[in-house]
Amino acid sequence: MAEGGHSVPLVDPTSADGVFSLMWLVIALPAAGAAVLLIGGALAPRAFASFGHLLGTLMPIGSFALSLAMFLQLQGRDEADRQVVQHLWTFIRVGELDAGFDLLYDPLTALFLLLITGVGSLIHVYSIGYMEHDPRRVRFFGYLNLFVAAMLVLIMSENYIGLFLGWEGVGLASYLLIGFWQHKHSAAAAAKKAFVINRVGDMGLSTAIMLAFVTFGSVSFTTISAGAGEAGEKTMTAMGLLLLLGACGKSAQVPLQAWLLDAMEGPTPVSALIHAATMVTAGVYLVVRSNFVFDYAPNAQTVVVIVATVTLLWGAVIGCAKDDIKKALAGSTMSQIGYMMLGAGLGPAGYAFAIFHLLTHGFFKANMFLGAGSVMHGMDDDVDMRHYGALRKAMPITFITFAMGYLAIIGFPGFSGFWSKDKIIETALAENWIVGVCALLGAGVTGFYMTRLMIMTFFGEKRWEKDVHPHESPSVMTFPLIVLAALSVVSGVLLLGGWIEHWLEPVTGVPDHHEPPIPALAVTGLAVLVVAAGVALAVALVARRPVPREAPTEVSFATRAARADIYGDAFNDQVIVEPGRALTTGLVRMDRSVVDGTFRAGVVLVGGIGALTRRAQNGYVRSYALSVLGGVLLVVLALLAVNLA
Amino acid sequence: MEFTKPTIEYATLWPLLVVFGVAVVGVLFEAFLPRERRFVAQSVLAVLGLLVALGGTAYVWTQLDEIRVDGQGVVARGELAAGQTLAVDGPTIFLWGLVLLFSIAGVLLFAERRLEGGVSTFAGQAAALPGSEAEREASTRGLHHTEVYPLLMFAVGGMMLFPTANDLLTMFVALEVLSLPLYLMCGLARRRRLLSQEAALKYFLLGAFSSGFFLYGAALVFGYAGSMQFADISEAVRNGTGNNALLLIGMGLLAVGLLFKVGAVPFQAWTPDVYQGAPTAVTAFMAACTKIAAFGALLRLFYVAFGAERWDWQPMLWVIAILTMLAGAILAAVQTDVKRMLAYSSVAHTGFLLVGVLGVRSAGAVGTDEITALQSVLFYLATYAPATVGTFAIVTLVRDAGGEATAFSKWAGLGQRSPLVAGAFGFLLLSMAGIPLTGGFVGKWSVFTVAMAAGAWPVVLVAIVASIISVFFYVRVILLMFFSDDDTSEVTDAETGWGAGTVTATLERVETAAVTKPSLLTSGTIAVCVLLVVLLGLVPGPILDLAGDAGQFIR
Repeated sequence: MAEGGHSVPLVDPTSADGVFSLMWLVIALPAAGAAVLLIGGALAPRAFASFGHLLGTLMPIGSFALSLAMFLQLQGRDEADRQVVQHLWTFIRVGELDAGFDLLYDPLTALFLLLITGVGSLIHVYSIGYMEHDPRRVRFFGYLNLFVAAMLVLIMSENYIGLFLGWEGVGLASYLLIGFWQHKHSAAAAAKKAFVINRVGDMGLSTAIMLAFVTFGSVSFTTISAGAGEAGEKTMTAMGLLLLLGACGKSAQVPLQAWLLDAMEGPTPVSALIHAATMVTAGVYLVVRSNFVFDYAPNAQTVVVIVATVTLLWGAVIGCAKDDIKKALAGSTMSQIGYMMLGAGLGPAGYAFAIFHLLTHGFFKANMFLGAGSVMHGMDDDVDMRHYGALRKAMPITFITFAMGYLAIIGFPGFSGFWSKDKIIETALAENWIVGVCALLGAGVTGFYMTRLMIMTFFGEKRWEKDVHPHESPSVMTFPLIVLAALSVVSGVLLLGGWIEHWLEPVTGVPDHHEPPIPALAVTGLAVLVVAAGVALAVALVARRPVPREAPTEVSFATRAARADIYGDAFNDQVIVEPGRALTTGLVRMDRSVVDGTFRAGVVLVGGIGALTRRAQNGYVRSYALSVLGGVLLVVLALLAVNLA
Repeated sequence: MEFTKPTIEYATLWPLLVVFGVAVVGVLFEAFLPRERRFVAQSVLAVLGLLVALGGTAYVWTQLDEIRVDGQGVVARGELAAGQTLAVDGPTIFLWGLVLLFSIAGVLLFAERRLEGGVSTFAGQAAALPGSEAEREASTRGLHHTEVYPLLMFAVGGMMLFPTANDLLTMFVALEVLSLPLYLMCGLARRRRLLSQEAALKYFLLGAFSSGFFLYGAALVFGYAGSMQFADISEAVRNGTGNNALLLIGMGLLAVGLLFKVGAVPFQAWTPDVYQGAPTAVTAFMAACTKIAAFGALLRLFYVAFGAERWDWQPMLWVIAILTMLAGAILAAVQTDVKRMLAYSSVAHTGFLLVGVLGVRSAGAVGTDEITALQSVLFYLATYAPATVGTFAIVTLVRDAGGEATAFSKWAGLGQRSPLVAGAFGFLLLSMAGIPLTGGFVGKWSVFTVAMAAGAWPVVLVAIVASIISVFFYVRVILLMFFSDDDTSEVTDAETGWGAGTVTATLERVETAAVTKPSLLTSGTIAVCVLLVVLLGLVPGPILDLAGDAGQFIR
């Protein structure tokens, strides 16, 4: 930051050698998988039905192995050399724009790679079981591979153009997967909604890229980070806000949050992978990756913090009122991404913690989504928690693993979420106490809605539908649950000795140290108390009373608002959809009368002239010769008139 | 007057001589080979001859002398040959290449025999009267004319000579050499022979008429400059000696001869009748190659001989270009026959090409990274030729019981019956309309740009209006093929917004045509044409650069 004496680190990579020369393969593997499965699956459906899902699963596992090898290699490197770039080919060269297909591998990318390929592989494995009876399973795996490839392009690109390519690629994969069961009207509509809302964000991102090109003459991180200091704060603020708009779309931050809850129409592994662990966190990645922009744009950072704070409360409130287990989790996702965004908005002090929370959230939220999927699998795809209850005995493994995720997200001391969320709250308090208090409050609400979810699903009485016999899922589904549960518990170790802060320093820079207004230990204690209060409230309100099988209608205004997603859709309808519709109606009318009118008149005119002049084409060679003679006169007279007049 | 024996530069002229040589050998084949062997021998000979000439053209390109100007690098390449009567330079070679390439396509279309059930598209016995006993006999014996191949080769030779000619007399000779075989070939259709013969006669009469103007113009200009050589004429024009009226009238009459050949308004009247009456394979060849050759000659005459006085002739070309574009587009819009529509569209393209021709500026005024008028016209020709050959080749496929079915009513719903062929046709039409991602777009863009840079914005404005009109009639055919059912073709008229009575032949319920499966000769030609149009639209750079590398005309 310019004023703090802290320097913004430059992107200054070295070229790739050793295992890094295989960097491209990380993307190429799932990309090839997608191509083979989608094309081959269409050409030879029978053959692919037998092994397509295995092929699709092997690809991200291969990428994971490579990512691990590269991670170890990077650790062995000198700190100054931990940025590696691989130039694959020239992507676009038009005029002054010269964007290469360049891959960047640095500590931030390294962590993301492990998360995406690791969690991605587990979810692929899980999907083998979850999608077993779906006739279009090969296509599903093709889309999943496509998603992984696009996500990897997003996080590995060395310039904004490549990032945008991946950004749109994950958007496409998300669209295809939300609407995977397109025979359901709601799924098709949800896919469309996600797509359209994301377009708004994409406008922001693409405009930011254009601004970068205009300002720096380049879209490469290297060039922009080198020139960001001289570009002036106004430009940087504009660029930061545009990037934030993009991030809001992808990461479902207010005001572009409305699509995420509907996106739960997709198969549950998709919700876990795309709409919890990876794609929706791309906005956080964008902000952290663009730290060289935000560090010079304090006003944009403030807006990031405001958006994040609003979202973390917004999502948490929605999570409290939902009876659909996936939607409750989706509200929670929105809220947790709000925490990450908050961390990212706090600048160098918060970047590392934002990424830390992103990783732990990736583990425990994927875990819980897959757990929810396992529950749905046992309950004949019923998602209404009012029809659950007492499942802890019927599905012990799912229960235990889910409980690990639960403890992690509410921040039970020792679990991963405890460490990561605590750090963000602590930093927020140090920067601005209002934001810090809001974050603390959010933690309490998190405790409430997660406990409610837990109790309604696993405890209390059976409220099952007739003919539903819950059973534990097959091991191909429980294995990923167990791994993710273990990671949810232990991934707090990344903070040991400040490892993750130190690891990310080449990317995010060294923060100035701010003393928090109250000691760190006190903040931690306070957070635990607030969470405990939330949990206690949930126990008092939900566990002590029987849960009605139908959602009660006589409820307070607050509950109604939360059930209606705090009127996000109503707002969009009134403020955007309706005026938009009126505008299009008006435009269509104008098009009919003015534009079409002009053209119709033109057509009549052309037709009239044509009908007259074609009479000259009478077929008699003598009149043709006459017209040649007339032409001769015309030409000669034109020449003489111009030159001798 | 003493006659000095000219030296012939065989090293540069040999592709031209190969073509004429093959034509002569073809005549000998016709005389000495038994009838049943002639078809194979003639067609193979023609293709081989053209391929050798094409290879030779590429070789000669690499051997051309470079003419450098300090500070501008290579501005031209080439040399004067055959006693300064021929100018073999960059543009010439480029045009040779185009003519030869599309002549090969022409030969392949000529040799197609599957469409007519084993015989070619040419009359069995051209001398037999239509409807006579002799004609029936020729038909039952499965005869066909193989004289078309030597005729084509002579025409190709003339077409190569035309833009190469460096004096007025050679240019006139080339004009006649290319025209006479074309007149003949137009009259050789197997079906609808009266229409074909009528077309040939009209073409001949009007062609002779316009040749007369050309020759008279040459005489007047000789009277002005005292020489037939372009360089001498240019010198005389620059010095401004002599009677200016003589020059202007002569220039106008020469222009008439050339504008007739390219089909500019008001000299276009023959175009629809001849394009429709001629065998479609001949139309394809003629529409592409004649235009290439004639524009080459037009460019050389006006840029080299009259280049110094371009202010004299530019306004005249403005008028002609505007008339040509508008009349071509408007008349094409009221046609109900595919071949006639394409004929008028070719008239409109002549107008667009003229827009490029009149976009010439003095060499110093053109920036180094700008395209020149010459380059833009050469490129436009390169995009126009494959689209034209491809569309006419597809027209040969769409048939009903009476042969080729060219009425719009018969094309209704073709897209549903033969999506591939209709799709290719639609794509080529889109290129002609100048829709982006096709070669036609880049071509139009380049000629409009040079005209704009030369200050001819009124012409460009009209060109844009004409383009819009032309989109209408091209897209109408696409609508007809893809969005109308076989039996509801009347609806198409209403849908496309025609007022009552403007289309005289309201489409009736008629038997529709179907695509006949051709041999590889035609389908390969179509595929290559489509591919070329795609490539020119996606990566126009190499051909634009090649046209740029050709440099200026030498004098």
